[in-house]
Amino acid sequence: MEIVRHDVVLVGGGGAGLRAAIEIARSAPELTVACVSKVYPMRSHTVSAEGGAAGAIGPDDSLDQHAFDTLKGSDFLADQDVVEAFVEEAPRELTQLEHWGCPWSREPDGRVAVRWFGGMSVKRTWFAADKTGFHMLHALFQTSLQYPKIVRLDESFVTRLLVENGRCTGVVALDIRSGELRAILGRAVILCTGGAGRIFPFTTNAAIKTGDGMALAYRAGVPLKDMEFVQYHPTGLPGTGILITEASRGEGGHLYNKDGERFLVTRDYGVGNRAELGPRDMLCRAIIKEMDAGRTFKGPYGDYVHLDLRHLGEKAIDAKLPFVRELTRNYVGIDPVYEPIPVRPVVHYMMGGVGTDIDAATELPGLFAAGEVASVSMNGANRLGSNSLTECLVFGARAGRSALKFARDSAAPNETRALELAEAEGGRIEALRGKHGGEKLSQIRREMNAAMERGFGIFREENEMAHAARTIADLKGRYADLGLEDPSRVFNTELIAALELGNLLDCAEVVAVAALERKESRGAHTRTDFTTRNDAEYLSHSLVRFAPDGPRVESQPVTITRWEPEERKY
Amino acid sequence: MSEPRIVKFEILRFRPEQDEEPVWVSYEVPCPEDFVVLDALNYIKDEIDPSLSYRWSCRMGVCGSCGMMVNGTPILTCNAFVRDYPDPIRVSPMANFPIVRDLVVELDSFMEKLTRVKPWIIRKVEKDPSLGEYLQTPEDLELFKQYSMCINCTLCYAACPVLAHDEDFAGPAAIALAYRYNLDSRDAGEAERFDVVNSGEGGIWACSYANECSEVCPKHVDPAQAIQRMKLTSAVQWLGVWPKRGAE
Repeated sequence: MEIVRHDVVLVGGGGAGLRAAIEIARSAPELTVACVSKVYPMRSHTVSAEGGAAGAIGPDDSLDQHAFDTLKGSDFLADQDVVEAFVEEAPRELTQLEHWGCPWSREPDGRVAVRWFGGMSVKRTWFAADKTGFHMLHALFQTSLQYPKIVRLDESFVTRLLVENGRCTGVVALDIRSGELRAILGRAVILCTGGAGRIFPFTTNAAIKTGDGMALAYRAGVPLKDMEFVQYHPTGLPGTGILITEASRGEGGHLYNKDGERFLVTRDYGVGNRAELGPRDMLCRAIIKEMDAGRTFKGPYGDYVHLDLRHLGEKAIDAKLPFVRELTRNYVGIDPVYEPIPVRPVVHYMMGGVGTDIDAATELPGLFAAGEVASVSMNGANRLGSNSLTECLVFGARAGRSALKFARDSAAPNETRALELAEAEGGRIEALRGKHGGEKLSQIRREMNAAMERGFGIFREENEMAHAARTIADLKGRYADLGLEDPSRVFNTELIAALELGNLLDCAEVVAVAALERKESRGAHTRTDFTTRNDAEYLSHSLVRFAPDGPRVESQPVTITRWEPEERKY
Repeated sequence: MSEPRIVKFEILRFRPEQDEEPVWVSYEVPCPEDFVVLDALNYIKDEIDPSLSYRWSCRMGVCGSCGMMVNGTPILTCNAFVRDYPDPIRVSPMANFPIVRDLVVELDSFMEKLTRVKPWIIRKVEKDPSLGEYLQTPEDLELFKQYSMCINCTLCYAACPVLAHDEDFAGPAAIALAYRYNLDSRDAGEAERFDVVNSGEGGIWACSYANECSEVCPKHVDPAQAIQRMKLTSAVQWLGVWPKRGAE
């Protein structure tokens, strides 16, 4: 097996990963960073983010206001020290990205413009029209190209973390093009692999969002935190799940039911006068209740409501929301200048992930995580729109700083054991490639998706969840008998899909276990059998830890600094 | 919904471990009215032949992964509706790139060309972020904005007649990106990029202005125009009439 050595090994090249890589390259030019990504970095899912990135800069804004909005949005499950650090570093990070060429939309005087977003009490979301993630990712990627010490290993799929004497010392990765395995050793490892939206059938998430980093860390004994909190976005296109950005409501768009009623205004869904700019969990519940009451449209891909932008006019739509117009024209044949857009709630984001501290360190020495893969606890039970792109920058940079400090301060790892582990991993992958068995990959994936949608949707209930959890456990058993048909090495995407499915099943199981354990309703975790928030018993993070006899659930207190939890009403 | 239509797909397959050369293989796929070519490929992979290999991810036309030739024209397959094509539909890997396997092409040269044009902000002095943003008016932004919309899908490389015989040509996307940075009011790197884009080996002068790149661009970037404008700017600068930004 080929062995390569770098100071820092970075898994994933999206917003958080590239930010971490650049941080290391700029502040420690003597260190090499391997950027190991299963795709080319500019394909990472950050590219699909649309609406914007939050950072308080306006004269009517303050860090405290951004912090409080975020905490309230989180249903007080976010760690307050983390949120304070986040809001404080956000404007600097966004400005840094401006200096690196991100084409932020501007005010006439040349200053960066900000827009409204859900759950934010003032305009504080920076944007590049409605392709913010695309522009951020490409600005970061292009900026990274000038640093020769960032060594890209494109289209390399990490299959396991190497852990030796309680320290993470590298990864094993499959070079997709050659089909050969490599051991990539480093003094520190950072996971920036994004979320796991693909455990669900109907999601805004790209095909690559398969929970890889979460599964890698979990199997290495690192607990996953707050995985029961799955964010649905209120406005996805029926059928494909393509995201229609919250910025369309930030710019003034309205939601209507089939009776032409602006239900967020006419009925009490707890969002007060924020209406369409309420937080995502509340809007999704409102739409489902409209569906249950029979007040929504029927379509071939399920019930939907209307998102109406017509009153904004063609000029504003083209200036601020051109991608919305492009997507709806292309994919549903609707021009939002003249017609309302059909939308329904769609799985969008995992608040949970690899548990980290405020410096992006996991409990495994040498392993760090940032971005959607991580749960640093700034989003709690419900993330506010436009906080996650900024999260990638703030905590990507923090992960970079933490990892480089660790790499500098620690001895070179002993490689003997790592290489033994890598050889064993080689055997496992070899056995999986073209493996004989009775179970079909696409069938298991479909059944997993169906179970997760049934059991862990917007409204949850004990029996349904338990049933879905049993299905996932059963599917994990069947996965062991997976039958594959492609024994080849070169660009074997069936093998990659099989490895991804294994990761998805681990993530699905952890979501299920954590959701069953939390017998309250908080943020995005809404139970019909426990309808209220219960701070006395559940004002704490869930931690799910791998154990040979099944996942173990633990809990961790929420850090409170200045804001006592209060009733979440808008 | 109406019944799915059975559509015949002919796919150019190449498995280097078993095939001497690429071969066309036919598949019949039941396609609902709203199927895109990528959906059909996913159907084939899930239900007929799991060994078919191709790249895809966002399925919404922004990640740039799923470009292929559909009936001979480069297009993002996530945005190529089956209903718009006559039967059979022929899908092959992007032209002008070596095939790795099936519909997957090798992008090493493209990645090198992107880096070659120095697509990042170059300044003599970097301002600390605590001092705030560089001012840039909407008009300043408009100057370069369309050239910043490139998603690196490389369809323009598959369409370019120059790249068909001159693989060293930096190509439409990379040159348009260099132009994007040259036009950015925050950048002073034009002089550094000048030699790269003007070089006889692979620079702008290789372009024959066939305009194919701009026609296939799914994001309406106009790389042909970028190249023509750079030629003009370069010629004038070469004559010494106006200075390059960033030159002392």
